[in-house]
Amino acid sequence: MDGDQALTTTLFLLVVLLTVAITFWASRQTKGAADFYAGGRGFSGVQNGLAIGGDYMSAASFLGISGAIALSGYDGFLYSIGFLVAWLVALLLVAEMLRNSGRYTMADQLAFRMRQRPVRTAAATSTVVVSIFYLLAQMVGAGALVALLLGVDGEAAKNLTIFVVGALMIFYVTVGGMKGTTWVQIVKAVLLMGGSALIVVLVLAEFGFNLSDLLGTAASNSGKGQAFLEPGLKYGVSTTSKIDFVSLGIALVLGTAGLPHILIRFYTVPTSRDARKSVLWAIGLIGTFYLFTLVLGFGAAAMLTSDKYAEVAASGGNLASPLLAEAVGGGEGTTGGAVLLALISAVAFATILAVVAGLTLASSVSVAHDLYNSVGKRGTATEAQELRVTRIAACVIGLIAILLAIPAQRLNIAFLVALAFAIAASANLPSIVYNMFWKRFNTRGAVWSIYGGLISSVGLVIFSPIMSGKGIDPNTGKNLSLLPTSIDISWFPLENPGIVSIPLGFFLGWLGTVTSREPTAEERYTELEVRALTGAGAEQAVQH
Amino acid sequence: MADVNQEPHEQAARHDPAYDQLHSEPDFHELRRAYRAFVFPATVAFLSWYLLYVLMSMWAPGFMSKQIVDNINVALVFGLLQFVTTFLLAWLYSRYSTARLDPLARTLDEQYLRLTRGTNEGGR
Repeated sequence: MDGDQALTTTLFLLVVLLTVAITFWASRQTKGAADFYAGGRGFSGVQNGLAIGGDYMSAASFLGISGAIALSGYDGFLYSIGFLVAWLVALLLVAEMLRNSGRYTMADQLAFRMRQRPVRTAAATSTVVVSIFYLLAQMVGAGALVALLLGVDGEAAKNLTIFVVGALMIFYVTVGGMKGTTWVQIVKAVLLMGGSALIVVLVLAEFGFNLSDLLGTAASNSGKGQAFLEPGLKYGVSTTSKIDFVSLGIALVLGTAGLPHILIRFYTVPTSRDARKSVLWAIGLIGTFYLFTLVLGFGAAAMLTSDKYAEVAASGGNLASPLLAEAVGGGEGTTGGAVLLALISAVAFATILAVVAGLTLASSVSVAHDLYNSVGKRGTATEAQELRVTRIAACVIGLIAILLAIPAQRLNIAFLVALAFAIAASANLPSIVYNMFWKRFNTRGAVWSIYGGLISSVGLVIFSPIMSGKGIDPNTGKNLSLLPTSIDISWFPLENPGIVSIPLGFFLGWLGTVTSREPTAEERYTELEVRALTGAGAEQAVQH
Repeated sequence: MADVNQEPHEQAARHDPAYDQLHSEPDFHELRRAYRAFVFPATVAFLSWYLLYVLMSMWAPGFMSKQIVDNINVALVFGLLQFVTTFLLAWLYSRYSTARLDPLARTLDEQYLRLTRGTNEGGR
């Protein structure tokens, strides 16, 4: 297997070299804050659409969703649908108006009419928390991938991978800024679509392009029969799990438009019309990709041998796509299998690198622009000072993510991402929507809704079965929760907090607003509304 | 609330009086009305349609597991229809905003440039 590993290593190094080259090139095109934070606002709608796809189709989608479908059948498909429908919220309510009213961060559009320091502090805090949860998912995926390729289950190898990914993402962001990150995402989107299209075609060819045959084989191989193709296998077992599923569904559909690394992508185009166009492209791309994951997931269930299927199950589903690639290439030990496995793993690695870069950028820009400059220095910091703090913040956030990713490795990465979505939907979306559509909305409403949504969504997870109280798996003897079995602090029965924390975020936004008066915020709303809808006076693209 | 007597940076700045003038234009009222007339009903519609799918997946297993052709069941078709409606709505919004919203927004933007010429950095 040494030859195969050499091939895999070569492809991984190629991906890394390519992204490093892009980053150095981009750093030479980057001159000031608007370049570093927003790519000079000079990307076209199509370019940004590809980059959004690259930013959004994470390891959770590629590895996590196909894995969830491979293990739980139809129930894994819900992730795909929720993740896609969510883009309509971004398209209809958020993208264009955010582009017109903000500059660099999510907080900008709140600060447009509110008291800067409280709203920027709140928005930056939730930006960092959401980004870190999302980063964990990507890094766990990277660890699982490399462990597979080295053929060892070594903790050291996984931890080293997590460290390398962390170091790379710090490099992309500190050196390449938004331009470098965007181009890494564009290249990744092309690689990901190409690579998965190839596997999808090969899988379908095995079944004579008959989807029904593929589904039937998947159902019988899974050992669960028709139930594998119907909803409810994973979530239908009890009323609690059904409510958990609804909670997940709500978080997925409302989370996207509150994800900080997605929101800042809308600032990279010259006008709101380009922002709209980029979302349209992203919807087309992402929708196509999620149709692919359906084939990848059911394909893995249908085509993997029982040994390999057990390996997928042991990885929490994360290895379904790479092992499927090996199987369609001819199986373990064949050249075709080795080549496709190496190729798809390299694509997954590129996917992870592009997403972590976007997340690190979003959170470090918010720390520098919102917390350091506006809150700490009251807007007096120079551009050079702010950029230096951005780079320091990227290093700190990268280190935190590395340290947290190591214990998080036993969780399914699609699930980790779902948590990030729940937090984004609870803490960020209410204030974004209220701010654009409700004149009366004010600082206290924004602050209460952000902190309330943030604390309730994270807090409910701490007291959920994820952290404690699930006990020991009778089959494997493994602890099913994160804390040792001797500790049980679980009183919230759901794994997904969204069904409680999202309404709470909206409610607190309303309550905070009606219990305070802020005439300036209402006056400035006139300006915000005109600017958001017409684009008059919006930030312009940088002319070099 | 103690909103008075704060340092300038504490309070959102006054941006430009031109915005107030635009706000009173009939074109702006038409733009806002046309925008909301599309996005509000559309948002309610697609969220309800999605929620219906989620709820039926859990509480209508009999209906969802009906097989239509071989192994293709209602659940799969319902799921794929969510893709179709998402693509369709995105396309409809794009068409609507290009035809109805963009011309109004452009007119207002040009008016803003005329109003602020000389006082701000000027044109673009």
